[in-house]
Amino acid sequence: MIRNFFKAMKQILIGDRNYYLWIAFLSFFVIAGMAAYAEQIHDGLIVTAMRDPVSWGLYISNFTYLVGVAAAAVVLVVPAYIYNFKAIKEITLLGEMLAVTAVILCILFVMVDMGHPERLWHLLPFVGAMNFPSSLLAWDVIVLSGYLFINATIVLYVLYKLSLGKEYNLQFIKPLIILSIPWAVGIHTVTAFLYNGLPSRPFWNASILAPRFLASAFCSGPALMLILFQIIRKVSRIEVKDKAIFKIAELIAYAMCINLFLEIAELFKEFYSGTVDVASIQYLYFGLKGNNGLVPWIWWATILNVIALILFLNPKTRENMLTLNAGCVFIIIGIYIEKGMGLVIPGFVPGTLGEIYNYSPTHIEILITVGIWAFGALLYTLMLKFAIPIYTGQLRFSSTKKTDGEKTSSVDLEPIAE
Amino acid sequence: MSKKQRKNPLSLKLDRRNFLKGSALGLAASALPLENADASFIEAFFQKHFREMNKKEIQEVLNRLEKEYSEQYKKHVTVKATKAMPGVQFGYGLDLSRCIGCRRCVYACIGENNQSRDPQIPWIQVLSFRKGDKWTDLEEADKYYNPATVPEPEHWYMPVQCQQCRHPACTRACPTQATWKEPDGIVVVDYNWCIGCRYCMAACPYGARHFNWGEPHIPDDELNPVTHYLGNRPRYKGVVEKCTFCIQRTREGRYPACVEICPVGARKFGNLLDPSSEIRYCIENKRVFRLKEELNTQPKFYYFYAT
Repeated sequence: MIRNFFKAMKQILIGDRNYYLWIAFLSFFVIAGMAAYAEQIHDGLIVTAMRDPVSWGLYISNFTYLVGVAAAAVVLVVPAYIYNFKAIKEITLLGEMLAVTAVILCILFVMVDMGHPERLWHLLPFVGAMNFPSSLLAWDVIVLSGYLFINATIVLYVLYKLSLGKEYNLQFIKPLIILSIPWAVGIHTVTAFLYNGLPSRPFWNASILAPRFLASAFCSGPALMLILFQIIRKVSRIEVKDKAIFKIAELIAYAMCINLFLEIAELFKEFYSGTVDVASIQYLYFGLKGNNGLVPWIWWATILNVIALILFLNPKTRENMLTLNAGCVFIIIGIYIEKGMGLVIPGFVPGTLGEIYNYSPTHIEILITVGIWAFGALLYTLMLKFAIPIYTGQLRFSSTKKTDGEKTSSVDLEPIAE
Repeated sequence: MSKKQRKNPLSLKLDRRNFLKGSALGLAASALPLENADASFIEAFFQKHFREMNKKEIQEVLNRLEKEYSEQYKKHVTVKATKAMPGVQFGYGLDLSRCIGCRRCVYACIGENNQSRDPQIPWIQVLSFRKGDKWTDLEEADKYYNPATVPEPEHWYMPVQCQQCRHPACTRACPTQATWKEPDGIVVVDYNWCIGCRYCMAACPYGARHFNWGEPHIPDDELNPVTHYLGNRPRYKGVVEKCTFCIQRTREGRYPACVEICPVGARKFGNLLDPSSEIRYCIENKRVFRLKEELNTQPKFYYFYAT
């Protein structure tokens, strides 16, 4: 068993020149990020641009965005397993591995944001002094680790079964899959509540926040997946049907409609009532007393989201790979800005005592952020490298047969045609 | 509860629970670049939550800290853990009609409470408002005013510090219970338990919580050597700190440093449960309000107009 595992692990070392270049490229940024993090550990968080008035910045922005990516895996899981939509079922595993990667990145972004990462154990139940159920951050720890566990279990089980040349038993993992659906909604809801539950920050203290989080997650996560699927089917033997891609794009269009509608609802409420609490959203969309660092960003994000919506609503542009991919990229960027800095920073500006602090990340923050993203890409690549041969049947653990060559794939794994 | 204690070469005391904690996270810790990776670091790493420690364990921690601080600042530093007096709820009053915005309170606080001089982390922030502006809008306030003399004409001042809420948003937010409300109503932080996530800072409506973004610096000769574990002992980088109503003074019957220094007597302090206290007199006889009542944090910090 262990020998088989190492045999499979060897897969991640085998690849063509492009593969090695890609790995080297990512490793470079991971190492640069680690060097920057060493500096941050040494000097403290003063190397970032965060200060008392704006006490969360780029790291927590990325965390918020990535929770959405992780949660969005459910978009694929629901049609695949519940309605048995075969064209999507084939790629569910890829989505679940992406969710695992995204949760790990979330944890890393929280880690690098902590003043004392070595005290992380204080946060754990039983060994530490977790403030449960009072603190929403404690809830977030529980739901995120639970989500990681659920998805990792499904992925490992399916891969294990397939690696033995057997079809996996859907009944066995079905409870986990069904649980993962509300759980995915849960991780993003809890993360929204983390902000939502702070009456001191009126920008976040809006009941529309959690629905907005979900709507935007169901745009950005699948958009990222569509791009990844196209790359994966190009470089591996995994087949991803166009039909599945178009179906997901359609789902994205619905989610984007809701997202933009909720955004309009929020804008109306704030600007029409025009209380002193309008200051934060004014800072975001129009600038406050000449401070308008975020203004071009949020308008670009909104424009990109609207363009993407138009592209995805129209079947002609939705089913054209060029416009489809453009739409995906627009959504990834648009939601990244909206759910990241566009959500976190205005919560702090103006501060609770009216201070306006213009936050703009330092090069250390940017290096660490890029490093973590590169680590995520590396992790996902290696996971694919490990999983794809098993999935396509090129790699089999077997006590009698040696694992090599495509000939051994006797298992019925051919993509099921509709 | 019988705990198996055993000695090891580093002379750390490990019980099984701590050992398990350590095995799980020792690897992570060893990956961090540690400058003072000595036995006391490891002891600090394994330190229990303050409220879970018994008397003996607290004393051991206090001794260790006294030794560390005394060595670091080259003078005898004491660290107490004086408990709350029974029948006491501290309350604070601030007379807005008297405050002249001189900020002597800010500097008295920095000296008394061993706040970092570089970078500066003042616990009291004095807001300056122009008369006639819509005053409830804190956006109109200026925190960084710098005139030749105070008070400036046409201005009034509002010092803000920790409001010691009855329903604190910060303690509710903290994921590790590193901050809590003491029986005498003072909200405190265990600087050895805080993980530096800064969720409490996002939660606090009064900007009263401050983070050590860098290593705090206090000149040796300026260090106040009389300290309290939950109050003015020197802090570490990467932890949150805040006003504690000078816990090291008030639990021994003294006034907070800011009350003592105020040249115009704008600051009042006392026991809310004592009907004859100064603070009770102010609440009962002056026009009193509290900041951001709509948030229902119920501060024990009362602003009033004496005239």
